[in-house]
Amino acid sequence: MEDVALVTQLTVFALAVFVGFEVISKVPTMLHTPLMSGTNAIHGIVIVGAIVVLGADRGGTLAAVFGFIAVVFGTINVVGGFLVTDRMLQMFRRRPAEKR
Amino acid sequence: MSRDDAIRLAYLAAAVLFILGLKYLSAPRTARRGNVFAAVGMLLAIVATLVDARVVSFGLIAAGIGVGTVIGAFSAQRVKMTAIPQMVALFNGVGGGAAALVAASEYHVLAGDGVTSLDGKIAVSVMFSAVVGSVSFAGSLVAFGKLQELLPGRPITWPAQKLVNAAAVVAILTLAVVSATSVDQALFFPMLGLALLIGVAAVLPIGGADMPVVISLLNSFTGLAAAATGFVLGNDALIIAGTLVGASGTLLTQMMSRAMNRSLANVLFGAFGGGPAAGASAKAGTNGDRPVRDVSATDVAVLLGYARRVVFVPGYGLAVAQAQHGVRELAELLEKRGVDVKYAIHPVAGRMPGHMNVLLAEADVPYDQLWEMEQINPEFVQTDAVVVIGANDVVNPAARDDPSSPLYGMPILEVDRAEHVVVLKRSMATGFAGIDNDLFYDPKTMMLFGDAKGSVIKLVQAVGAL
Repeated sequence: MEDVALVTQLTVFALAVFVGFEVISKVPTMLHTPLMSGTNAIHGIVIVGAIVVLGADRGGTLAAVFGFIAVVFGTINVVGGFLVTDRMLQMFRRRPAEKR
Repeated sequence: MSRDDAIRLAYLAAAVLFILGLKYLSAPRTARRGNVFAAVGMLLAIVATLVDARVVSFGLIAAGIGVGTVIGAFSAQRVKMTAIPQMVALFNGVGGGAAALVAASEYHVLAGDGVTSLDGKIAVSVMFSAVVGSVSFAGSLVAFGKLQELLPGRPITWPAQKLVNAAAVVAILTLAVVSATSVDQALFFPMLGLALLIGVAAVLPIGGADMPVVISLLNSFTGLAAAATGFVLGNDALIIAGTLVGASGTLLTQMMSRAMNRSLANVLFGAFGGGPAAGASAKAGTNGDRPVRDVSATDVAVLLGYARRVVFVPGYGLAVAQAQHGVRELAELLEKRGVDVKYAIHPVAGRMPGHMNVLLAEADVPYDQLWEMEQINPEFVQTDAVVVIGANDVVNPAARDDPSSPLYGMPILEVDRAEHVVVLKRSMATGFAGIDNDLFYDPKTMMLFGDAKGSVIKLVQAVGAL
């Protein structure tokens, strides 16, 4: 194999699969919805790809249009995703101490 | 240290923050911190990308981020908690769309540069993110439409559905291979169009009740599409974060289908489950003539006010009626009278697993009063009264006792083991699955008909007057 980058990327990919499975393996049902929403925000990482594509300024108008919409979409995904998750989670609070 | 090394270190730090974020998101006490960790990781990754040497023009990026921030922040602040599932579907859809657009843009640039054939890695990853991102985009929009009730919630089917879908999948694969080996945009863009159609065609036949599982699956698809763009652009942050979501999303999807005792294949291809429309219009069927015990709010108030242990079973009907605040008030009144109050939460109560917890938390119900199904089921035998509010299928004993019932095998809250059952319900209409419920005809069951919110308010007044 000559493509060192590919092998490294596949390594990173394989390890991330295992971490992704392990890290949420013991989540209570009550957190399924916030967790789905949180992971949903994390795949907004695609904004990074959109920035690279749009910022490279190659490929003329069509590429710029695609890149621009991708940046808008990615930002909605990130900003909306994290904010709505936080709104859900700030509601989870314990019973006030005096009532325990 | 070169600029590239610094960027890669920042990506590494972002990856660590994402992993810690997911870990913290999995426990109630740390969940909010986890979300903040992940958000900080995202900010770090974005800033690091902006200093990348390949990024030379910033005007459009700033404009795009500005527009996206306004839309994202506005919709996240405005959305009602009952509408969370469809909001997540929309955010997921735009993420998938972004992944497909990144791939399309890259393909367009390569074609413009005169590249005639893509090398293996680029070919696979461009095609994967373009197709999967498009499927996720279109599928999420349909899921949104169903949950928002813009589209009918019932499964929509058409003749030779599977054959047509299979033909479209074959066409997509063929176009992908051909447009990768000899670059041709006149083949690539029709492939994207077909992928959008498949996204629509795959989700339309799935009933509204199963949308959360679909959204979760599409969520992991979007993650994988984002990871694939990481292979295209040689970007580790994309690969790691996208894959984390792909893997954890797959696991979450399995957990959700298991909570409904359905296999994922059954959810996706079974065309089972009606929507709200199908449920409301279905008639009571063979049980139409059986008597039920219709009681008044005062009767129920007496039962609850002098009980020792009361368990509330909230369903989606409670959420749509916005009755959760009233229920919390009722619970507090009962507690003041010395009644032990708990809430029993079925894994699929609401529209998504955990959705009911969010809705009750919004009404200031302390989360340690919320009991999951496995913990609460053994307690029903010692419970004086169970109050079922706007829930139906999740308390249907047929799921446990009647092998011929379509619900058979689905884990239920065994409320029929309690001494008394009170059901707050608008009418005798069937639930989401369109199946009649023997619980309502049980001699120990009392039916309090009416809008959930109105009934709860009456109960609060009646208990207060005791």
